Amino acid sequence: MIALEPRATPSRALSLMSPVIAIALTLIVGGALLAAMGKPPLEALYVYFFQPFDELWKWLTIPDQRGMWIYTPSEVLVKAIPLALIGAALAVCFRANVWNIGAAGQYTLGAIAAGGVALYGPEGPAWLVLPLYLLAGVLGGLAWAAIPALLKTRANANEILVSLMLTYVAAQLLDYLVRGPWRAPGGFPETPDFQQAYLLPYLLDGTRLHAGLILAIVIALALAVMMRHTLQGFQVRTVGAAPRAAAFAGFSVAGTTWFVLLLSGGLAGLAGAVEVSATVQQLQPEISAEYGFTAIIVAFLGRLNPAGALLGALVLAVSYIGGENAQIMLRLPKDVTGIFQGMLLFFLLACDTLIRFRLRLSLGRAA
Amino acid sequence: MEAFLIQMMIAATPVLLAGLGELVTERSGVLNLGVEGMMLMGAVGAFAAAFLLGSTPLAIVIGAASGALMALIFAVFSISFLANQAATGLALTIFGIGASGLIGQPFVGQPLEPLAKLDIPWLSDATVLGRVLFAHDAMVYAALLLAAAVAWFLGRTRAGLSLRAVGDNPDSAHALGLSVIRTRYLATLFGGAMAGLGGAYLSIAYTPMWGPNMTAGRGWIALALVVFATWRPGRLVLGAYLFAAVDIMRFYAGSIDDWICARAGLLCGGDQADRFLTQMPAQVLSMLPYLATIVALVLISRNVALTKANAPASIGRPFRPST
Repeated sequence: MIALEPRATPSRALSLMSPVIAIALTLIVGGALLAAMGKPPLEALYVYFFQPFDELWKWLTIPDQRGMWIYTPSEVLVKAIPLALIGAALAVCFRANVWNIGAAGQYTLGAIAAGGVALYGPEGPAWLVLPLYLLAGVLGGLAWAAIPALLKTRANANEILVSLMLTYVAAQLLDYLVRGPWRAPGGFPETPDFQQAYLLPYLLDGTRLHAGLILAIVIALALAVMMRHTLQGFQVRTVGAAPRAAAFAGFSVAGTTWFVLLLSGGLAGLAGAVEVSATVQQLQPEISAEYGFTAIIVAFLGRLNPAGALLGALVLAVSYIGGENAQIMLRLPKDVTGIFQGMLLFFLLACDTLIRFRLRLSLGRAA
Repeated sequence: MEAFLIQMMIAATPVLLAGLGELVTERSGVLNLGVEGMMLMGAVGAFAAAFLLGSTPLAIVIGAASGALMALIFAVFSISFLANQAATGLALTIFGIGASGLIGQPFVGQPLEPLAKLDIPWLSDATVLGRVLFAHDAMVYAALLLAAAVAWFLGRTRAGLSLRAVGDNPDSAHALGLSVIRTRYLATLFGGAMAGLGGAYLSIAYTPMWGPNMTAGRGWIALALVVFATWRPGRLVLGAYLFAAVDIMRFYAGSIDDWICARAGLLCGGDQADRFLTQMPAQVLSMLPYLATIVALVLISRNVALTKANAPASIGRPFRPST
């Protein structure tokens, strides 16, 4: 019989190693799964997790004529940007024991609000209109997250379910806008292209690596500093770990709920605005809102530390790009990516337990 | 109206089945947010079985088994390994969406014969009421019977009392010699099997077909219904039927408008602006079930006394036997 025995102090080594262990376990079990599907496991894992870093010299290369961006490592960073923005904020949110799992909806609303500005906003120089555009994105996400915050603090409504229901509402709203009033003349259900001044600048010629990278790094590090070194961060951690103690200390639980939901909603909205401006440059019915869900794994992979979310975002971005490569090269359905991502979260959570407990084999006597 | 009521009973069945399972799971103190993933696995498992083996009973069993298997993964991580329940449930949903998509790939777009309707002589066709109440497939009634069975089990049996004790105060239950871990495992597996059944009903009876992500949030709605029902099976039936009524409104926009016009004594022409639902964008009608769920959740949750009365006191908290 295997039993869990509490450790006197949480294992420091394990708490640093747990993401690595979880990734390793995912590779092992994932490899077995691929083998069971009749795919060569080592080759498939190579395509998934190492090929995106292959050919690093292509860093600066221009994509080939078919527009195959996916082989360049810069595309990994492009995918990592929205994941890092949302994941870093969700790390703060989860620390407060507030479960905003509707980041996908807040992301969509951010894209809608910012997209509205980019389509119908004033013409002007980029340095003037781009901040306006990003602010609209933040406000869109903020407004969407304010709904679960209000209903949680005023009516005690479960924020998990409310924020999640709102993702479906947001998706329908976007669908309505791009097929209805905002639709561009012509065949496809999509808006016109954004005005030029509203497009985020690219950092490197020949790649899609855009200025959102700087935003993501600065914001994630700022959040990490806030969590470690400010009273606000201490309040978030205390409310999450011991709400009663926090209340005795004079911290407002409701205030913290508002703070973390608005923070994560605002940044998810920012991510939506950044993503559509930098990649598709218009609104479409499908704008990769699933980043909002994947970012949950990012937050846990970063051990609920906003700076760690930067690394987490990188790993998940690799799995996305690897998944796309595997789809093309090995004819593996893209659903396999979801399976890997789900497994990764399972193993991460189990590792969290092993930080606080040690496994002990005891003979006989079941618990 | 008649067609609407018939369709409502059918549309309520998947969320009712999944909700009943989650209700029992939560009553034992376990919050499994993976209902959506378990339903999807049940849906794809049942569809594959029905398509390949051609047997409906076998398809239903395999659907339930697929859901239970998913619940077992959840139980190992969250009950045995004490992992955070909310996050483990999310992982289960992400995993289930991927796995069901992968398994279901060969079956996308394949047709399937719907479940046979029970045909009870003269009851099923004599009156309007007869047609509404007695013209369904067996699963619609099975869901209602299961609701009654769950209510009886939780309220009237010793095992049900033990399960509630485990959910309210696992430490005391453990001290009394009840096995908290075993009870929670069984309750979680039951929840998975029921979610699998709900998914199976979607793919082999309601639609009947398989499509990726075909549950469209019904697993999450089932979770919300459990809160709405304040953890009581009777109210869960009510909640599921109310949800279904809102859910299918979009298919009956025209008839509902006619009905309102007739009742209100209004003159409503075919293309007139006062036809309220018909002129609404399709997307707005599609939002309604989700918005209605939020409203229902808020109305119930505001009443703290009502919620607290039946909410399992230790829901979501992992338990480790002290000795």
